[in-house]
Amino acid sequence: MSALTRVVRAGVGRKRVQTIVIGLVVAIAVTSAVLGGSLMVASQGPFDRAFGQQRGAHLTAQFDVGKVTEAQLAASASAAGVAAAAGPFLTAQVGLTDPAGHPLPPLNVAGRADAGNEVDRVDLVEGRWATAPGEIVLATGGHLRLPPKVAGEQWTISGKPVTVVGVARSASRSADAWTTPAQLAAWAEGPRSYQMLYRFTEAGTTEQVQAGKNAVQAALPAGAMTGALSWLDIRLEAINDTLLLVPFLIAFGLLGVVMAVLIIGNVIAGAVSTSTRRIGILKALGFTPSQVVRAYVGQALIPASVGAMIGAVAGNLLTIPILAQTNELYGTSDSGVAFWVDAVVIGGALVVVAVTALAAAARAGRLRSVDALAVGRTPRPGRGRWATRLTSRLPIPRPVTLGLAHPFARPVRAVSIIAAIAFGAAAVTFAVGLGTSLNRVQEVEDIADVQVGAPHRMEPGGPRPGPREPEAFPDPAAIEKVIAAQPGTAGYMGVARGEITAAGIVGELDAVAVTGPDSARYYRMVSGDWLTGPGQIIVSTPFLTAAGKQVGDSIVLTHEGAQVPVTIVGEVFNTDSDGMQVVTELATLGSVKPSTYYVSVLSGTDASAYTQALTKALDPVGAMADRLDHSPDEMVVVVNILTGLLSLMLTVVAGLGVMNTVVLETRERVHDLGVHKALGMTPRQTTAMVIASVVVTGVIGGAAGTAIGVLLQRTVITEMASSVGFRLPASVVDVYGSYELVVFGLAGLVIAVVGALLPAGWAARTRVAVALRTE
Amino acid sequence: MSTPLIELHQVTRRYDEGPPALNDVSLSVEPGEALAILGPSGSGKSTMLNLIAGLDRPSTGTVTVDGVRVDELGEAASARYRRARIGLVFQFFNLLDDLTVADNVMLPAQLAGMGRSTAERRATELLGRLGVDRHATAYPGRLSGGERQRVAVARALMNRPALLLADEPTGALDTASGEDVMRLLSELHADGQTVVLVTHDLVLAERCATRTVHLLDGQVASDSAMELLR
Ligand SMILES: Nc1ncnc2c1ncn2[C@@H]1O[C@H](COP(=O)(O)OP(=O)(O)O)[C@@H](O)[C@H]1O
Ligand SMILES: [Mg+2]
Repeated sequence: MSALTRVVRAGVGRKRVQTIVIGLVVAIAVTSAVLGGSLMVASQGPFDRAFGQQRGAHLTAQFDVGKVTEAQLAASASAAGVAAAAGPFLTAQVGLTDPAGHPLPPLNVAGRADAGNEVDRVDLVEGRWATAPGEIVLATGGHLRLPPKVAGEQWTISGKPVTVVGVARSASRSADAWTTPAQLAAWAEGPRSYQMLYRFTEAGTTEQVQAGKNAVQAALPAGAMTGALSWLDIRLEAINDTLLLVPFLIAFGLLGVVMAVLIIGNVIAGAVSTSTRRIGILKALGFTPSQVVRAYVGQALIPASVGAMIGAVAGNLLTIPILAQTNELYGTSDSGVAFWVDAVVIGGALVVVAVTALAAAARAGRLRSVDALAVGRTPRPGRGRWATRLTSRLPIPRPVTLGLAHPFARPVRAVSIIAAIAFGAAAVTFAVGLGTSLNRVQEVEDIADVQVGAPHRMEPGGPRPGPREPEAFPDPAAIEKVIAAQPGTAGYMGVARGEITAAGIVGELDAVAVTGPDSARYYRMVSGDWLTGPGQIIVSTPFLTAAGKQVGDSIVLTHEGAQVPVTIVGEVFNTDSDGMQVVTELATLGSVKPSTYYVSVLSGTDASAYTQALTKALDPVGAMADRLDHSPDEMVVVVNILTGLLSLMLTVVAGLGVMNTVVLETRERVHDLGVHKALGMTPRQTTAMVIASVVVTGVIGGAAGTAIGVLLQRTVITEMASSVGFRLPASVVDVYGSYELVVFGLAGLVIAVVGALLPAGWAARTRVAVALRTE
Repeated sequence: MSTPLIELHQVTRRYDEGPPALNDVSLSVEPGEALAILGPSGSGKSTMLNLIAGLDRPSTGTVTVDGVRVDELGEAASARYRRARIGLVFQFFNLLDDLTVADNVMLPAQLAGMGRSTAERRATELLGRLGVDRHATAYPGRLSGGERQRVAVARALMNRPALLLADEPTGALDTASGEDVMRLLSELHADGQTVVLVTHDLVLAERCATRTVHLLDGQVASDSAMELLR
């Protein structure tokens, strides 16, 4: 064993607190980096990966059963450009009722014998594939929002029982549910059609998909294809969500790295400063400066390596359940951490530690032997005495005023610890703020509790499978009367949907014409005002961007061939139709009638009971009520878990940083501590002094951290929104009240005090005789 | 005869290794005495002083000061005992570098809960009495050794202790300053202050002490009070 290794070994043994702090900080930083890195990797093109993993269908086509035979469809697999095909599968619209007896909107069910091979190889999330009559597999991640553990439940179709045997996810969104071909044929409710799933050799662009579609159509009787869905449209819709996580992960990743560097730098610099004498002795014995520096870097790298290993294991363990959540969000089937993420994170962490330690220990290398040996014999430079003088005037107990002035004696260390506390407080502030913002976004989407529409009826000759427009109510006034009279109604809005075009924007747009006394409550304005009459519209940011318009501008809409000049009176936060929806008053679009009513219930009203009662009341007027799903979005769930976890980690790291500093301070002041005690300072007064020594740093760090946290929250939430083209209403951005801000500011103080508790206890227990002998 | 101010009864202090630092020592000190403890380095002088000050506890035996069983006090109680009854002066002054002279002197009173202005008045008066009042706002680092020790004595007297303990108060001083501090202690004693001082300087001890105790290897080798009685 070389002399250098011996010195390193002895150093690690001697400085237990520093060693543990470095190990823990690295462990936590690596845990969050593995977690964040894996999620970043998972967020890279999740749709494309899921689609690739499943060999998704580039084109999902519907065919009229009367115009084409199964053999013809099977033969279309050899059309030009078709790489693979699956089908034909019989599909139909089926009305399911969940175990609670609540009917669902009609679902597109396909009869398929297996989970897919060449095309649309769907992932079974739960249970198994349907193999016998009376069995059904539900699709998650599409129209249906399913709670966990649905497999095994008994549902009904037209009163007949059906067992949910599995839950599957299809990146191609080829159906809402699947059953055996024979079973589907038996559910002869609505009309049926054939479904074919195609993969093309080239499908990267709209033109290529269109070319493939044309080739398929050419191979089949004219008019056989009744509808088709390109994978590019599904992709567009899917990737919006996933973009949101990235700025968030970056923000947390940066916080984590900066904090780890700060604390490790602080620990090493502290270790160097408390052992200047030791360094002097080493140098006097003939160690070169670079050997001394290496000794310190080695002292940091040993616990850092152990910490990195522990962190990697913890990160992997944590990542698995969270990936299950992002799988839900992204539609992917990632099962664990990519090995290279572990390798990069561990390697990166050790490099960061080594560089930080090198920088912090450089002073030890530069220290002249004589100076180092003289330390302890010369009086301290006496920095920060002004603070001691100032605090001594405060009308509070002397131990507290003594402690308050401590940080000013070592300003550099104080600043770095303020920074660590600030990051901890920033993390908490940011996490809570972001969570609140996302929940507010969710709330905006969840203002209505109940939806009123036409009854779900599956009659022969009814509508064809596939998306369809809800029918307008023949007598809206009658429905409004029922809703308004229903006990528990807080407000309602009638909505008519139509297609329009707007000057300057390519393609058809969704128009929503609203009516009702309090329709404004269902929208959150970003700027401008709510509608005050016909001829006005409010739109979202993406519409304004696309049209190159501003609030106050006029624009010409075309509705059913008629030109309608309107004024944009407001900008609203409305993510429907990717933000291209136009909201106006009913009268603007002429003779349209509402097809849906959205109803909010008074707070304290049981929405389920209300929905049932309203359905009963609406029956005579030909309508029924559905309770709207308010379960939190997967995205919000993932973000909430991550913010909770990461801010907890950053807070712990900040606390460890404080602890290390206070341990250092206590060691450096052990002699003064002995003097205080000899003069009659009680253990309680000693504890008070040590705790007081972190109050100033805690308060400043807390205040700064809160400010950083607020800034970060605003930047990240705004960035998240703008990455998908939206601006946010004030209610989503301004989430902190002054009361909350004070609480977050105090979080810094709490971190500091908790971090100081342990060393304060040690200080209180130090024996005077021992302390005074340390000369 | 009045009750003794200090009563050590069969006190032994053993450390983890080596022979006991104090071995079965019994000693009593009357109020108003000025006792000098003499002995070579390592003979247990400081250990004895620490036991009296409640800074350390005997392994066996009892220490009673001013009616208080010092060996039985907990940490907090011994701190309160020190600030109420004991003034401590050390060889290396042990002034707090970051506090001004006045703040150093005021500290024991402030730890006992005295208000700043009251403490300030008393500190000024003490510093005046000890002739170092012009340094009140200076930091200890600026003062000479003798001046520092005077400040330390002022600090020790701040709470009007029943007992002034000094551990080699002249050990770090040149001869002139040493004599000066000795004279100061004699004056305090003349004013009625009970003093226990540790030194290995026989001349100085005899000049200001009414009684001398010699320690050797943790035991009392001779006690002038006993000799007088003999
Ligand atoms: N904290 C301690 N731990 C171990 N041994 C000690 C300790 N304090 C004092 N000693 C030992 O006890 C003996 C007496 O020490 P001390 O009372 O300081 O002597 P003096 O003050 O007479 O020079 C010495 O041998 C010393 O090494
Ligand atoms: Mg001694």
